[in-house]
Amino acid sequence: MLAKRIIPCLDIKDGKVVKGVNFVGLQDVGDPIEIAKRYDQQCADEVVFLDITATYEKRDIIKDLIQRGASELSIPLTVGGGIRTIDDFRMILSSGADKVSVNSAAIKNPQLIKEASDEFGVQCVVVAVDAKKRADKSGYDVYIAGGRENTGLDLIEWVKQCEALGAGEILLTSMDRDGTRDGFDIEMLKAVIDAVSIPVIASGGCGDKEDIVEVFEKTNCDGALAASLFHYGEATIDQVKEECVKHNIPVRRNI
Amino acid sequence: MVVIIDYNIGNLKSVQNAFERIGVKTIVSRDHDVISQADGIVLPGVGTFPVAMENLKKYDLIDILKERKAAGVPILGICLGMQILFEQGQEVKLTKGLGFLKGEVKLMQVNAKIPHMGWNELCFAKKHPLLKNIKEKDYVYFVHSYMAYPCEKELVAYCEYGDSKITAIVAKDNVMGCQFHPEKSGEVGKQILLAFKEMIQ
Repeated sequence: MLAKRIIPCLDIKDGKVVKGVNFVGLQDVGDPIEIAKRYDQQCADEVVFLDITATYEKRDIIKDLIQRGASELSIPLTVGGGIRTIDDFRMILSSGADKVSVNSAAIKNPQLIKEASDEFGVQCVVVAVDAKKRADKSGYDVYIAGGRENTGLDLIEWVKQCEALGAGEILLTSMDRDGTRDGFDIEMLKAVIDAVSIPVIASGGCGDKEDIVEVFEKTNCDGALAASLFHYGEATIDQVKEECVKHNIPVRRNI
Repeated sequence: MVVIIDYNIGNLKSVQNAFERIGVKTIVSRDHDVISQADGIVLPGVGTFPVAMENLKKYDLIDILKERKAAGVPILGICLGMQILFEQGQEVKLTKGLGFLKGEVKLMQVNAKIPHMGWNELCFAKKHPLLKNIKEKDYVYFVHSYMAYPCEKELVAYCEYGDSKITAIVAKDNVMGCQFHPEKSGEVGKQILLAFKEMIQ
């Protein structure tokens, strides 16, 4: 049986992690590779690098990071942030990443999903979707620009379109929950999981290990992504997995 | 020294690094003289079956691989590199493989999501030196839509997915293959590569 994935996410700007990470004995607290290696040792199932570097000129930095990541990690690496073209996909994958996560560019140009999956295979195309419940509670709208801009797209219509175009996975972030630490948005996740047959990763709102257990018990999502829970050392990935085991959730443990 | 066959089919760096981490010297090459010197050969690969075979032909690698196989050099295929060890593949179009192992590669017949992607547990079909450092139910990382349907005696390990068995490790004499990516499979993957290392020494 496939294991449920626990995925730490690092926000990276100009080659450094944006939020400080609390690890005892870590030499360079800003180095994404050092942090990712720690997560690898703690039995993370995958690591996500989200590049929030604003300027295009600094893209060489992320290329270098991916190359180092691919050579030093023994688990898959997903890279997102600022992906605009098929050439961006090519650069990231040829540098050694396993998957590319695309958000705004897929909304502006949905054909990018098709082009990328035709050329590189569906398994490496992740569509990141940020969504928020409508004020009239009639459903969810898709947002871009870090939740600032409402595209007016209906979430369920959009994820179905992504799947039809060749997305291999949906990384679903709840803008209502992101940063609140109130737990994942179970209702929204269920709606998306029912609508598509590709893997769905839950993101936004994770505050403690019980939230991760809850999302696996109440939905059929394939993985859970968290940032601050792990970065601030409140729980290690192994502790989260120990909790999952107690609840009979299939997870990969260190041997 | 292990030669990782360079036939222009996907990124080879992570495979190379995984061997370096366990102290195995590797050379990425398609040079016959270099391949002839190899104590072990790794056939990696990400892409499609016909392109992999076309590239092996283009770089004139088929005969040297057959020769090294006959000489008893341990050969390890990874993912697509494992699939082309079989007689034929049905991906895109019917294509002849290397034929080192009996069986063919087809779209997986399974009542679950395709691609089969993520961490799955190994079940052992028989004893094999590649398994010496790991145990049943250890997890490895898979990403694939096509799978090998080998003959029973060449199946070493499989995993359960939906209501089907997915071929995970195959072997016959000095020819071995993993459908999953040992270089992406954390400590378990490392232990499988260490077992391969012992075979070449």
